[in-house]
Amino acid sequence: MVALPTRKLEAWRYTDLRPLSAISFAAPPAVSATPELPDLPFPRFVFLNGALNAALSTGFAHAKPFAPVEGQGTQPMALINADYAQDGINIEIPAGQNAGELLLVSAASGAAPFAFHPRHRVKLGQGATFTLIELDQGEGIYWQNAVFEVEVAEGAKFQHFRLQEESVEAFNTTTIHADIAGDASYEHFTLTLGSKISRTEIEANLLGQNALAHLNAAQLLGGVQHGDFTTIIRHKAPNCPSRQTVKSVLAGRARGVFQGKIEVDQIAQKTDGYQMSQALLLSPDAEMDIKPELQIFADDVKCSHGATIGALDEEQVFYLRSRGIPEADARQILIRAFLEEALEPVTHDASKTLFEEVLQSWWSKQ
Amino acid sequence: MSTTTEATIQELAAQKYKYGFTTDILMEEFPKGLSADIVRLISAKKSEPEWLLEWRLKAYEAWLKMEEPEWARIHHPPIDYDALYYYAAPAKAVPKSLDEVDPELLKTYEKLGIPLNERAALAGVAVDAVFDSVSVATTFRDTLAKAGVIFCSISEAVKEHPELVRKYIGSVVPAGDNYFAALNSAVFSDGSFVFIPKGVKCPMELSTYFRINARNTGQFERTLIIAEEGASVSYLEGCTAPMRDENQLHAAVVELVALDDAKIKYSTVQNWYPGDSEGKGGIYNFVTKRGACRGKNSKISWTQVETGSAITWKYPSCILQGEGSVGEFYSVAVTNHFQQADTGTKMIHIGKNTSSTIISKGISAGKSNNTYRGLVKIMPGASGARNFTQCDSLLIGDQCGAHTVPYIENRNSSAKVEHEATTSKIAEDQLFYCRSRGLSEEDAVSLIVNGFCKDVLKELPMEFAVEAQKLLAVSLEGSVG
Repeated sequence: MVALPTRKLEAWRYTDLRPLSAISFAAPPAVSATPELPDLPFPRFVFLNGALNAALSTGFAHAKPFAPVEGQGTQPMALINADYAQDGINIEIPAGQNAGELLLVSAASGAAPFAFHPRHRVKLGQGATFTLIELDQGEGIYWQNAVFEVEVAEGAKFQHFRLQEESVEAFNTTTIHADIAGDASYEHFTLTLGSKISRTEIEANLLGQNALAHLNAAQLLGGVQHGDFTTIIRHKAPNCPSRQTVKSVLAGRARGVFQGKIEVDQIAQKTDGYQMSQALLLSPDAEMDIKPELQIFADDVKCSHGATIGALDEEQVFYLRSRGIPEADARQILIRAFLEEALEPVTHDASKTLFEEVLQSWWSKQ
Repeated sequence: MSTTTEATIQELAAQKYKYGFTTDILMEEFPKGLSADIVRLISAKKSEPEWLLEWRLKAYEAWLKMEEPEWARIHHPPIDYDALYYYAAPAKAVPKSLDEVDPELLKTYEKLGIPLNERAALAGVAVDAVFDSVSVATTFRDTLAKAGVIFCSISEAVKEHPELVRKYIGSVVPAGDNYFAALNSAVFSDGSFVFIPKGVKCPMELSTYFRINARNTGQFERTLIIAEEGASVSYLEGCTAPMRDENQLHAAVVELVALDDAKIKYSTVQNWYPGDSEGKGGIYNFVTKRGACRGKNSKISWTQVETGSAITWKYPSCILQGEGSVGEFYSVAVTNHFQQADTGTKMIHIGKNTSSTIISKGISAGKSNNTYRGLVKIMPGASGARNFTQCDSLLIGDQCGAHTVPYIENRNSSAKVEHEATTSKIAEDQLFYCRSRGLSEEDAVSLIVNGFCKDVLKELPMEFAVEAQKLLAVSLEGSVG
């Protein structure tokens, strides 16, 4: 097996995988229990412990059988995945088709620690549109190390919404590589609530004029959870916009990480890159590490990033209190406002409703 | 663009480094290369006490085990540390007054416009001029002595105030801190020492002009500034260097210590030879600058204008330990032609209610690369800590690179950290506006760049601010188009 990355690697300086490497993972056991699935009227693929469950899945017109690994990727986690990948979705939307939505569910449970390495492929032909809603859930100790290979051809539009609600003892590492052609778009949103340690790493290449990438995320972490959202957006063509909003709410001893790099090649004039990262620390022991990075080789560009980390703004709390709202309520209102803002980039109604419900239930547990 | 503008630009681009010339003074040189014996020789030459030699040797041992850092965005051919001279000094004995100073040397300073004798008096600046390695002239010492301020070369300080040097040297930047600091600790030749006793406000701004001169001589300055309780000082450092082809290594260390309520303001204008328009020659500048705000409500402020050097590797930092202490970093870094700058700061918040401000303006032109690299770290005990960071980059031309690599680590929920960064080019409408009011393109760019840097330049002491504005314009000559 390819070695797990250590903190000596710059890209991994904030995420320590030693708790993961300390566990010896077995092959995934067979599952008998049926996972709880959301009531969404979309075709679905359900994977149990990494294997496709035909009984729970429906058909999807544009699905092809799982194919052996093609592109291996360069990130350490993708290389590990390439060694072990045995299953995953393989979607090819023909040019011009509006393929609607697809639900991708990964449910995991088992007595002893186990690992699985899904490898998903999503390919959109010219002018196609497709929305993938992904739900990760489970119980116990396991490690899901997923890879997505995404190709969006000219003028196509791919929306990818992820709800990561793994078990809080589990590990989730997800590596996404997206090639986005001219006039095409990739909209991504990950909501992270689960996992002991999780990392979503996205590499998005903007390859043609007016290609667009939105890589957004929200993390709600408590206890000893560690959530890492790492992105690289490569502007390799002129006139491409990219947008990122990453919001983290950290309670307990949780630690949040956001590393976002924007690379602008010399050819990528008129690039418009924007990145915002905000974190709310709700407990004295929470920690947030942010590394927004710009690497720019073109002169006619507009790139900016902003980052804020802190507790609730006491002036805002005071404002609400001065209007007769008790302090505890005032704080709740402000935290909820912060969270709701995080969902703004989600433009797909059904997904947004789903995320709102999840936020609501996270909230009621606090 | 009109053809006349183009012609002017061509002309300006061809302009050679204004301060390039070499002074021929007999150098007393050691053999090339570095060994424990050379370290002993340097120490013996300077009649240093045993403890300092030990300290140097320890640093040398540590250096041998270290590797040159590779994380910065800079590229250069490998440095052959055995091909360098580690000590060079003007061959004549240290003069007791200006009359004894080598006239060649004085001429050099004159060409550079350094206010050394009368000019120093006019400018009201005390100058501890370092020519290569040995301090050759120091002015205003009487005035300073009356106030109780010690301002001398570090070699003198070792002899006259060994207890102070021993107490503070290496206490901010330990001998084995990093590769270049360890090298400096082993072979540092000279530098400045400033001690402001309790309650004293230094009666004048202190200034040192460094100038690299001897061919193939690495420069290893060591500066130590201590401000006791309630003391305050403003220190200016500025430099130009003669033109030459071979790259020169410069690995300086600057340590600042501020006790309760003390204030240290450290300003730099760095204009060393950047290499020619092909990128040949130029100084390699690997500097470790760090200040420790040890006392309550102490304040350390770094202001830098970096226009020179082929390579700049420099991260003036503040360790904010004392409750309520304040750290500031104001920086303008300009790179043109093939220059590479990787510079920024570290603000380490340890004490309660500490605050820091970072304003960084990077300007890249030509085929240069300009990187801001910074760290803001809030430790768990730093309740109520506050940081504001703004780093802006300006790109001139499509062959250059501007990079921003900020690290933000917050481990205290009551702390507040804000960071903003932008990258843009000079806006066409701004240029057009200036041009329509009759400014030449060159002047318009200079005006806009100066405006872009205003937040930093206004932090400089007045005489430096004037020089810095001129320097910005000169540095960017030939880059517009």
